[in-house]
Amino acid sequence: MNARKLVLRFVAVGYLAAILVAPLVFVFYRTFAHDSSSVWSALRDPDTIHAFKVTLIAVAIAVPLNTIFGVVCALAIVRRRFPGKGIVNAFVDLPLALSPVVVGFSLYLLYGRLGWFGHWLLAHGIQILFALPAIVLATIFVSVPFVAREVIPTLREIGDEQEQASYTLGASSWQTFWRVTLPSIRWAVIYGVVLTTARCLGEYGAVAIVSGSIQGKTETATLRVQEEYENLNFAGAYGISLMLALIAIFVLVLMTTLRPKEATA
Amino acid sequence: MSISVRHVSKKFGTFTALDDVSIDVEAGSLTALLGPSGSGKSTLLRVIAGLEVPDSGSVFIDERNMTGRPPQQREVGFVFQHYAAFKHMTVQDNVAFGLRIRKRPKAEIEERVKQLLALVQLDGLAKRFPSQLSGGQRQRMGLARALAVDPAVLLLDEPFGALDARVRKELRTWLRRLHEETQTTTVIVTHDQEEAMEVADEVVVMNRGKVEQVAGPRDLYEHPANEFVMTFVGQANRLGDAYVRPHDVSLVLEPNGATREAMIERIVHLGFEVRVELVREDGEPLSVQLTRDDAERLELERGQIVYVRPTKQTTFAN
Repeated sequence: MNARKLVLRFVAVGYLAAILVAPLVFVFYRTFAHDSSSVWSALRDPDTIHAFKVTLIAVAIAVPLNTIFGVVCALAIVRRRFPGKGIVNAFVDLPLALSPVVVGFSLYLLYGRLGWFGHWLLAHGIQILFALPAIVLATIFVSVPFVAREVIPTLREIGDEQEQASYTLGASSWQTFWRVTLPSIRWAVIYGVVLTTARCLGEYGAVAIVSGSIQGKTETATLRVQEEYENLNFAGAYGISLMLALIAIFVLVLMTTLRPKEATA
Repeated sequence: MSISVRHVSKKFGTFTALDDVSIDVEAGSLTALLGPSGSGKSTLLRVIAGLEVPDSGSVFIDERNMTGRPPQQREVGFVFQHYAAFKHMTVQDNVAFGLRIRKRPKAEIEERVKQLLALVQLDGLAKRFPSQLSGGQRQRMGLARALAVDPAVLLLDEPFGALDARVRKELRTWLRRLHEETQTTTVIVTHDQEEAMEVADEVVVMNRGKVEQVAGPRDLYEHPANEFVMTFVGQANRLGDAYVRPHDVSLVLEPNGATREAMIERIVHLGFEVRVELVREDGEPLSVQLTRDDAERLELERGQIVYVRPTKQTTFAN
């Protein structure tokens, strides 16, 4: 290896270490720098457990919905011609461009007492804001693009000849989707699901506005970190952060260990 | 099964791919659609398969009107230029695909796949994935997959276009033999006139979305219907209003009353034949084909002045 390559490698690894690894290591370190019993008790706090539950419910609803939407949307954008396709394509990316705070605020305006739907909702006794529905809506909104963005380039790359071959062999569109298209894009879908999950787990800004952060009721895990931090309960904040980081790392490791086996096939 | 295409037109935007095309393909024949790129030959094949919807006109397969029917109902076997292999399936799963869709019994599928893999000489490779096959093997897999469902007609879209010259020649001969065995009505699209002539019983020459001529290979070469066919199928020199094949020119070293003067620009050795590229006294280029023996006897060399006379020429009205 020549000197130039070494330097490049050093810069790349150094950059990753400084930006990504160091803060993560620090969270690990601080979690256990405190006496671990206070971390444990913070994690076993019913409000913390409830916060994780809320987060997982939001993930469990948002991820499947956005996976289906993302795949359908990618198929429509790549395989079909319809008016307004360019606009749909651009709008899929909107949540990436928009600050989550803005998303939260617009949901607030829409469903709030004075919002477009607020009056109707109030009249029918449906509670959206400061309740689980708002948290789920905000989580879905911010995690819309990931599956579609992963699947679109893969669909373009594989082209539609395999699908046409499937049609000439007698397979319906539905059969073709399950037997030909989906297996060809499965890695893009899985990677999209991983990114979506990570995004949902980490969502803070939009949820912070619409949930009301009511302890033990509408608090998500990330909001709980903030809460503990503000209450100067650092052991709790570190412990919950660690849990969130561990879940994210677990999902990533799961994906990378599954992937190479298939790729060689 | 016969194929009949009636008055089919197809436009892509402002580009006319097919302009009122009608052709008939006899049951059991092997027909080539021959033409330069953009001539509409692939579009015509895709219209027959139902992969492209024509703007107007109709398609009959086995005398049943298939116009407007989706590809699933047409009982066609389609072979793609770039194989369109199902990359996530093994060779045997690729071949079994159509049978599984038709929910045939397992034992029957197994038997049929075995038989087909033997037919296309891929017996030992059943468990491989397409990425582990050569281009020629992939295309034979594509053929087996298309034949598995006993299609009424077999449609091949430039099937050997992505392969190197030697494999292409091999597969061509092999396809011809396969056709003699299976007797399936086959239409092959190609831009290679040699391929069309070698493989097909009948050749449909297409140009700019229209059919220029339909004839057997020999007729096509000897009795071209117009200037396009004359120049596209085989080589031709233009002499004023007439066309002359390079082998229909006599080349001598001394002038006689009927000959014209020309200078040798280049001598190309093609094995059994030698092509001599000349410039006539009026500046027009002329290409002459001689046997190697004739060329040697004349001791031709570059820059030499020779005398030429067409022995057979063709003129077309207008």
